[in-house]
Amino acid sequence: MFDQSQMDSKPSTRIDEARRQIEICNACRYCEGYCSVFPAIMRQRSFAEADITQFANLCHNCRGCYYACQYTEPHEFDLNLPGILAEVRTESWERFAWPGPLARLFQRSGTALALALVLGFAALFWAAQALRPESGEGFYAVMSHGLMVAIFMPAFLLPLAALFASLRGYWRHVGGGQIRLSHIRHALGRAARMKDLSGGQGQGCNFEDEDRFSNARRMAHQAVMWGFLMCFGATASGTIMHYVFNWPAPYGVFSLPKLLGVPGGILLVLGCAELARLKLKADPDLGAKQMRSGEMGFVLLLGFVSLSGLLLYAAAGTGAVAVLLPLHLGAVLTFFLLMPYTKMAHGFFRLAALLRDAADRK
Amino acid sequence: MMSNPDIVVVGGGNAALCAAITAAEAGKRVLMLEAAPKPYRGGNSRHTRNFRCMHDGPLSVLTGTYDEDEYYNDLLLVTKGKTDEHLARMAIRGSQESQPWMEAHGVRFQPSLSGTLSLSRTNAFFLGGGKALVNAYYRTAEALGVEVLYEAPVTHIELDGDRITRVDFTHGGERHSLSPPAVVVASGGFQGNIERLVEAWGPEAENFLIRGTPYNRGDVLFDLLGQGVQSIGDPTQCHAVAIDGRAPKFDGGIVTRLDCVPFSVVVNKNGDRFYNEGEDVWPKRYAIWGRLVAAEPDQVAFSIIDSKSKDLFMPSVFPPVTADTIPELAGKLGLDPQKLSETIETFNGACRPGTFHPTELDGLVTEDLTPPKTNWARPITEPPFYGYSLRPGVTFTYLGFKVDETAQVQGTKGPVENLWAAGETMAGSILGQGYLAGFGMTIGTVFGRIAGREAAQYV
Ligand SMILES: Cc1cc2nc3c(=O)[nH]c(=O)nc-3n(C[C@H](O)[C@H](O)[C@H](O)COP(=O)(O)OP(=O)(O)OC[C@H]3O[C@@H](n4cnc5c(N)ncnc54)[C@H](O)[C@@H]3O)c2cc1C
Ligand code: SF4
Ligand code: SF4
Repeated sequence: MFDQSQMDSKPSTRIDEARRQIEICNACRYCEGYCSVFPAIMRQRSFAEADITQFANLCHNCRGCYYACQYTEPHEFDLNLPGILAEVRTESWERFAWPGPLARLFQRSGTALALALVLGFAALFWAAQALRPESGEGFYAVMSHGLMVAIFMPAFLLPLAALFASLRGYWRHVGGGQIRLSHIRHALGRAARMKDLSGGQGQGCNFEDEDRFSNARRMAHQAVMWGFLMCFGATASGTIMHYVFNWPAPYGVFSLPKLLGVPGGILLVLGCAELARLKLKADPDLGAKQMRSGEMGFVLLLGFVSLSGLLLYAAAGTGAVAVLLPLHLGAVLTFFLLMPYTKMAHGFFRLAALLRDAADRK
Repeated sequence: MMSNPDIVVVGGGNAALCAAITAAEAGKRVLMLEAAPKPYRGGNSRHTRNFRCMHDGPLSVLTGTYDEDEYYNDLLLVTKGKTDEHLARMAIRGSQESQPWMEAHGVRFQPSLSGTLSLSRTNAFFLGGGKALVNAYYRTAEALGVEVLYEAPVTHIELDGDRITRVDFTHGGERHSLSPPAVVVASGGFQGNIERLVEAWGPEAENFLIRGTPYNRGDVLFDLLGQGVQSIGDPTQCHAVAIDGRAPKFDGGIVTRLDCVPFSVVVNKNGDRFYNEGEDVWPKRYAIWGRLVAAEPDQVAFSIIDSKSKDLFMPSVFPPVTADTIPELAGKLGLDPQKLSETIETFNGACRPGTFHPTELDGLVTEDLTPPKTNWARPITEPPFYGYSLRPGVTFTYLGFKVDETAQVQGTKGPVENLWAAGETMAGSILGQGYLAGFGMTIGTVFGRIAGREAAQYV
């Protein structure tokens, strides 16, 4: 699935290759208007390894700079900036992730992801069977609230802690300093509108049909991101209602958890399906080749989490819940536990890179 | 393949695309024959970054005004009066009207790139550069039904009296012939053909580097001139600038330029200085250095700076040769160490104190030195020392078709009834000598559109 020997024996080759290309770009500058990466490159004349790692995480793989480049293969300069930055980016996530070998496994292998998923299902089925509650309403008839919390609290908090440690490593490495409010505003503003997939002028990116600009990927990505945040908001509001207001689930259609969760889940399902479709059409050579199956696995996992959640909602009160609940929760468990080691990590690194970039802008 | 196109357009760069799009919008069936394979489509146009655009007020990314007279005067300055005023003014006026046309056909503009502030008022930059422009035009053309054949070089265009009767080309390993009612030629100059360059310029041309596409070989140009079509422009001249001597033979493009000359001492392979490096600001002088270097032995020169000047110019694509002493640097550059040391010492001794200003003419002039350096003359003293080799890099050739104001090609007795030309291949009709940054794309766009319109009207 991945070629470790190449990476370990020549740890600096990808960085060196990226540097070679970046120096050509710095002498050319034609792509300056596409994204944040080029202005960042053009603020400098020489490029340390940390600079290149930062550029790689700033790059959103919109591919505009590939199709606009007069030096792509078969030209001897052989430019493919989206490709090499994607590889450096993946490498950097693995380097900062803990434990490293685990990261390499899941980033790269959809099969490993699927295997973990099956394990997640099995664990949840076992828990549901072995610890079936005597009483309870709604989902809690299948699995008690206490058990769910006992499983999911650590499954959520531990990966978050691991991610935090990774990000701290990244931040130190790229020389990040104190974060100001204006930096946060800048970074969140760009992420909220996916400015770096806009092609600089709103025409979008070059993903699914060579040099044709389109906003399909940007929109699909936003559907996933906002859908995810809404679902997260649904869970958070449910937790608050449970503990603060002593108001346990199930909730009605016009409650906050449902108002956020249902549209959020639909957005997620649609977004994931579209992302997967676009990915199949895109040229693999312009992305991180070593991560293709891991990326696809992640998109499908996220799609499955949201789809099973929606089905669960639709099946409320029927016998299907007993099957659907462990399926959904197993997927959620896998998703959370592997968060620091899957494509999910990219969102956090990207935000860190945008924050770091904000400090350098004038 | 389209068997009976109304119009055959020869070439696949900016001028060809503008002509093809215009003709297709007039409802004509257009076939484009591009010699290059798809990844190299777009000729020299894919290396460009901007076009020079007249504007009577703020226009798109351009601020202020740049009116017809100022534009024309800028042109007169570089061509030293060798320009056809009527056609030049048509191109200038046409540029203002072309800018929105370009946007409407998919081209995106951006404010001038960092490091090119001097062009921000006069030149509109393409977002992503010339290849992005070319890509957008291909999309637009194909959506309009234009058919494009790649790897389809035209080998012969048959002129019978005052009409074109046949177009011969190869494609997919086979020869083909078509007899379209109208033909537009937009296949650039002949700088890709080194043998022709040697014939025109002399054996020195063997050592020239070609900044753009190898596919502009002038085959159609020489073929038609051989049949009596009228030419214009000095056949022995080409536009050449000094570029990094390590650049590829072809297609090195923009990144091989070197902007260090004004801050340096330039010597030939014998270690002698040969020209005033500080005559004027670089954008006004870079074009003469191509021929200066071409006149030196082996068509090579070396630009030498010290660490004081390292960051004063745009970074170049190849790292400089670096050394801690001048003799060591000479050794690495293949120069006589003693000779280079003497040249640098003599130069250093001729430098005078004063205030150095990298971005303006600072009058920091050498004393009693031949040739003098009349600006930015600072001694080369602070290691490490850096050296770049320089070679002439050819941008385009001047020889072309003589056209009238409708872009129609002129034959032996008046216009050829069904033949039009646009872009570099007729630019000699407007630019007798010299070059004004961004004017190549202006000529191609304005006359490409005229050629497309006229050809469409004819059929
Ligand atoms: C490095 C570089 C940078 C430049 N930057 C700028 C700039 O910023 N602004 C500017 O205005 N100008 C610039 N120029 C000049 C500019 O490139 C030209 O003026 C312009 O591109 C000419 O356009 P064209 O369509 O006439 O020719 P080209 O774009 O060169 O197109 C000629 C086409 O004809 C095809 N062809 C050749 N022979 C045949 C044949 N026998 N059969 C079929 N097809 C054939 C070629 O493959 C090519 O597609 C630059 C030039 C270079 C080299
Ligand atoms: S990707 Fe190519 S066109 Fe874009 S800045 Fe880099 S070298 Fe220039
Ligand atoms: S792929 Fe897009 S985001 Fe990445 S460097 Fe190129 S233009 Fe920027």
